[in-house]
Amino acid sequence: MANGLRAVIDVDGLDEVITRLRVQGFSTIGPTCRDGAIVYDEIEATGELPRGWADDQDAGTYRLVRRDDEALFGYAVGPHSWKQYLHPPGELLFEVRRDGGGFVIEERPEPKSRYAFIGVRACELAAIGVQDRVLVESEHPAGGYSVRRGEAFLLAVDCGEPGGSCFCVSMGTGPGVSSGFDLALTELMSGEHRFLVRVGSDAGAAVLGEVASREATGEDLAEARRVVEMAGARMGRHLDTDGLPVLLAENLEHPRWDDVARRCLTCTNCTLVCPTCFCSTVEDLTTLDGQRAQRWQRWDSCFTLGFSELHGSPVRHSTRGRYRQWLTHKLGTWWEQFGESGCVGCGRCITWCPVGIDMTAEVAALRRPGVDASANPEEVR
Amino acid sequence: MTAGKATHGEPPAGSRPKLAVWKFSSCDGCQLSLLDCEDELLEVAEAIEIAYFLEATRAVVEGPYDLSLVEGSITTPDELERIHQVREASHRVVTIGACATAGGIQALRNFTDVEEYMSVVYAHPSFISTLDTATPVSDHVEVDFELRGCPINKIQLLEVISAHLNERRPEVPGHSVCTECKLRLNVCVMVASGTPCLGPVTHAGCGALCPTFSRGCYGCFGPMETPNTESLEASMEALGLGDPDIVRMFRTYNAWAPAFRDHSRLVELRMSEPAASPTGREDPA
Ligand code: SF4
Ligand code: SF4
Ligand code: SF4
Repeated sequence: MANGLRAVIDVDGLDEVITRLRVQGFSTIGPTCRDGAIVYDEIEATGELPRGWADDQDAGTYRLVRRDDEALFGYAVGPHSWKQYLHPPGELLFEVRRDGGGFVIEERPEPKSRYAFIGVRACELAAIGVQDRVLVESEHPAGGYSVRRGEAFLLAVDCGEPGGSCFCVSMGTGPGVSSGFDLALTELMSGEHRFLVRVGSDAGAAVLGEVASREATGEDLAEARRVVEMAGARMGRHLDTDGLPVLLAENLEHPRWDDVARRCLTCTNCTLVCPTCFCSTVEDLTTLDGQRAQRWQRWDSCFTLGFSELHGSPVRHSTRGRYRQWLTHKLGTWWEQFGESGCVGCGRCITWCPVGIDMTAEVAALRRPGVDASANPEEVR
Repeated sequence: MTAGKATHGEPPAGSRPKLAVWKFSSCDGCQLSLLDCEDELLEVAEAIEIAYFLEATRAVVEGPYDLSLVEGSITTPDELERIHQVREASHRVVTIGACATAGGIQALRNFTDVEEYMSVVYAHPSFISTLDTATPVSDHVEVDFELRGCPINKIQLLEVISAHLNERRPEVPGHSVCTECKLRLNVCVMVASGTPCLGPVTHAGCGALCPTFSRGCYGCFGPMETPNTESLEASMEALGLGDPDIVRMFRTYNAWAPAFRDHSRLVELRMSEPAASPTGREDPA
């Protein structure tokens, strides 16, 4: 096993890596520009990557901006995450057919794709790990996810250009990738445009072995270290995680929850862009003649009323209750449940909230003693 | 769905359940969605007897009906009478579209003086017999299910019929258009291009049609289950919209839906206040 091996490839070499993966039968998925953002989609070559683009992100806003170089990975994460491939928005679980007085369950279609993800960031590797804990390493592993996850090839990349909403340093997940990948790149721009490649698995070593590369020099390694260090020093945001689960548990009646409830739209954007949010619901559909039925799994969110519906009525009526449930689960009770934080610090929920609600600011406010709650007496839904 | 004001028709006995489609004040677009189900129409006709549907056939099968689809708002004295007859003749009443569920575009009259409108629009206003308001069906009779949209989504219509036939709850979630937008993996137009969008306060059902084509949502499906219009308005202002723009955004096909109606009135009230600050908001005391 050649784990830890370091080599250097150029842009052609990266194209060659993508080609090798495609020859092996992988759908190669990577970042690309679409509709004013960097999204994930099938790509066949480095020419489809967002070459020379960066992103300007803040709470509730995202804009593409030009870089003054030709970097292929010079931006942070966008609205998409790998979740949409491993744990897709909608998935047919099974189909049933009437058979005389009873019914027959039909085979579930096999998950069809083997994915190779190009450009997985450190926070995203951490997020995939968080979902693994929930969807694979649990008493009831999710069939489709487990298969797709088991087959996925992860080509990671260190972050050199953190976004305005990023706080992976606070969460201890980035900006450099440390484990859980097949191959990892650091994009080096000084002098020749090249990539330092680290090998993280046999599959990664096999792919790299088929591509023209040279040995990494001390200079390559030093520059790679510098790229990650500088990124770490330029985080867009910071979250003080000290004693966070206890802080949240002790502040369930803090007036800040009323304040955020006045702003929150219960639109679900934050949860659906979050790479760790895993909740789904099932929808049962029937044909008009009642001869066939399908059960679909669909992404759901703790911000909808239906999410907490028990015996015909939701138990979490208020926006305050729903936002509080989300934040306290992400940052607090996730620890009890899964032994880690449910947040990896990617910042998506901050950027893609249409009204710019920022969990780092909410936590900071919860740390301040609450002002007299009677100042805001009105009931907010 | 409001409290009942009329008795339910008993489910009629017989082989195939009977479907009726009724029209009140409306443009016919929602009924058309049923005819638009080309591929599925035969299947529908096999599963349910289309007993009354003037847009499709002049043949009329007498009631009572198992399922009545009602299009249009209650706008004339005659309609007020007729909707009670429909209710009495129907085991289940489902309103379809923005007119029947919220009053429709014609409910814009509810914000104004109808007499004055008539005098401007009609050469002989005395020939017109109308109510002062255009109101949703649920203001007058008990409604079993409301399907929203201007027009409705035909897939949701089939779902409602299928759910009725299979005696289950229709799968028509009340969450926001944003949820559909994200399920389609769209890039948010509000965040990525600063385009005002009603998606966060609008009921799902269209499949996020407009944002899919890089437009902001117009709110065709009316308010979502827990609409926070005030917070969204604050962002719209930040994107450069003024009070009159905001009133117009909320006053379209679902102008009389309570959440949209109350919010547009609130903004209008603010606009008419003489002591308003330059932003149109009251100065904090
Ligand atoms: S909660 Fe927000 S910052 Fe944390 S992982 Fe989810 S989207 Fe990223
Ligand atoms: S926090 Fe923001 S993104 Fe999340 S539900 Fe509330 S308004 Fe929507
Ligand atoms: S484009 Fe509109 S509907 Fe879609 S997520 Fe953004 S605000 Fe919501």
